[in-house]
Amino acid sequence: MSKVILTVDDSASIRQMVKFTLSEAGYTVIEAVDGRDALTKLASRVDLVITDLNMPNLDGIGLIRSVRANPAYKGIPILMLTTESQESRKIEGKAAGATGWIVKPFSRQQMLAVVKRVIG
Amino acid sequence: MMDRFQQAFHEEARELLSELEAALLELDRNAEDDELIGRAFRALHTLKGSGAMFGFDQLAGFAHELENAFDRVRNGRLAVSRPLINLSLAAADQMKAMIESAGGGGDPAACGRIVTELRRLTGAAEGAVAETAPASSLPNDAQGPAREWRIHFRPRPDVILNGTNPLLLFQELRALGPLQVSVDTSAVPPLAAMDPESCYLGWDLTLETGAAVEAIRDVFIFIEDDCELRIEPVRVPGTAEPKSDRARTTTAPAAGSSSSIRVSTEKLDRLVNLVGELVNVQARLSEVAAGRDDPEVRAISEQVDRLTGELRENSMSMRMLPLRTTFERFRRLVRDLGLELNKQVELAIEGADTELDKTVIDQLNDPLVHLIRNSMDHGIETPEARRKAGKPPAATIQLAAHYSGAQVLIRVSDDGRGLDAQAIRARAIERGLVDPSAPLSESDLFSLILAPGFSTARKITDVSGRGVGMDVVRRNVEALRGSVEISSRAGEGMAVTLRLPLTLAIIDGLLVRVGPTHFVLPLANSLECVELTRQDIQNAHGNHLANVRGETIPYVRLSEYFGMAGARPEREQIMVVEVMDGHYGLVVDEVVGNHQTVIKNVGRLYRGVPMISGATILGNGSVALILDPHRLVENAIQTAAPRRATAPRALETKEINTCYVQ
Repeated sequence: MSKVILTVDDSASIRQMVKFTLSEAGYTVIEAVDGRDALTKLASRVDLVITDLNMPNLDGIGLIRSVRANPAYKGIPILMLTTESQESRKIEGKAAGATGWIVKPFSRQQMLAVVKRVIG
Repeated sequence: MMDRFQQAFHEEARELLSELEAALLELDRNAEDDELIGRAFRALHTLKGSGAMFGFDQLAGFAHELENAFDRVRNGRLAVSRPLINLSLAAADQMKAMIESAGGGGDPAACGRIVTELRRLTGAAEGAVAETAPASSLPNDAQGPAREWRIHFRPRPDVILNGTNPLLLFQELRALGPLQVSVDTSAVPPLAAMDPESCYLGWDLTLETGAAVEAIRDVFIFIEDDCELRIEPVRVPGTAEPKSDRARTTTAPAAGSSSSIRVSTEKLDRLVNLVGELVNVQARLSEVAAGRDDPEVRAISEQVDRLTGELRENSMSMRMLPLRTTFERFRRLVRDLGLELNKQVELAIEGADTELDKTVIDQLNDPLVHLIRNSMDHGIETPEARRKAGKPPAATIQLAAHYSGAQVLIRVSDDGRGLDAQAIRARAIERGLVDPSAPLSESDLFSLILAPGFSTARKITDVSGRGVGMDVVRRNVEALRGSVEISSRAGEGMAVTLRLPLTLAIIDGLLVRVGPTHFVLPLANSLECVELTRQDIQNAHGNHLANVRGETIPYVRLSEYFGMAGARPEREQIMVVEVMDGHYGLVVDEVVGNHQTVIKNVGRLYRGVPMISGATILGNGSVALILDPHRLVENAIQTAAPRRATAPRALETKEINTCYVQ
């Protein structure tokens, strides 16, 4: 059974790229447009969450906190998409329980390498 | 492929820009609305991030400038002003142009002006350049000469909760080159204190790779701040430094040294005393360590426990001597006595290599002399009588020794006429030793010959028969914490078995608790301990009988036996001991555990209490009495028998009687 990755981003183009890259690598990808949407999608099995930080409704940090507060997803890897200028957000995300980060802009190979690092 | 994404981005960027415009226009009217500021910021942020992703670097850089400004607004460091709104709207127009003309677009001069204005507004230093994006660099594949790296990796306990799987990190390292992983479990706490969601492990890895140290470090980038990480070069393979030699101990024996030395017994005694003190201190250490939740202290205590045990056995073994010398001395005695009594007797010796504490052996001589004399005099018939009975004229006395747990059994047996149970009975009644009506089994009768002042010899000879022999044997053996058992078959001979402890100083004991009091039982006698529940007691209908693995075992409840007050616990434990060739139970409140027991003699007050063989000092400094299970059971049966004999329930009496004969 292929691993399920939830990509959370308000940017459709980013979601599209993430989905395409990861599907090609054999992962199953489901999408969510923001943190609130992501929480509803977590009802089914998910092995990894890749989330943007700046999103309407529920932002990335809020999403990470909510996921970690759910016992079923306590130890699930969460990657956050950040920009280089967001050092403080990165620290905030780590504190909230993020596993790692991918700095935008990134190439597809870079993303794949990071995903492999956290879910194999 | 990229085109497809660019197409998607085009649409999205247009949406984002109109979103930005809408937010800006509304902000113009309502400058304080945080929600609007957030919308503007997010739009710019996404434009920047996605723009950079899909090759719109100019757009990304420009959006970054605006984003900075709105970040300040968001944080309250910059007020929303008409100039800012105007500038932002102008910037939005430029960005629109950039998107439409895929190749770049926008008016560089206008963009420059906007950026300068923005920086003036935000107070950012002139010429400060937007950070360029050195994204998370992937391990670069540039392979240098292979080197060996030692990686010391100790993640924080909560690392798993962050979604990190250390195993995957090792897999990633393995892709860089051959990897050896060794785990460090020293931080793993005792089970009770362990949180299953925490990581207590650390790892030391050795990686051979041509990759740069940055590539190795990069693998750990996500948890760099949450772990102890040291990456050190070891050496270039091939130029192996000489591995430090394992201490090669030269064990060539010193020339001319002899294989043994003579040491005075006093020195050995002093050594054993010191070991005894050490064992006491060790018991204290164990107790303190057990009460403390510190695995390190506990590990040390366990190690000291092991070493003390070995030291004890070693020093004890120094005092051990084989019985051979003692046994061989009796050949002369048997020969001389045989001539004197006109009896032909052969002495057979078995198990002469059995070793026993020197102090025990020293005190064993007299009892053995008595036993052999007794056999020669009373047991063994004259050659004519033997011939008549169909036996070979030459009789045999056998001296045999063998180990039984922490005890040594020494048996003196002959093939003489055996004991006459009826004569013993008559004699005992005559001497007033027993009640004529008492129901006595054979073994009870035999043990009567050990009573003081008992002799059945028809005439008093020089050899024995003064009625002191057997009770002297018993007293001597009991002084050595041993016991005497007698068995006999009329016409076939008798055997006296001396049961002696291997040593008089330290034994392996089992610490048990009855109420607030602790007792020690010799481990050598203890077979097993099982629970005795209320249900078991009910099932036995008031009898002191327990069913242990299908075997019905009579038991003594120590609290009752010693008349100790206090409530009986819900669950008691029953120690099954092996005494007098049978299994008996001793019921205690709790079996505490093994205890290396240094035997101390008890004062004169306890002389009359045969079931207490000594005392020992516990870790907390209090005293525990050492019980002699053999005598305890024996005594319990004796005290129970008369009481039970008059008891109305015939069934019970029968059961007690079965205990007797065993």
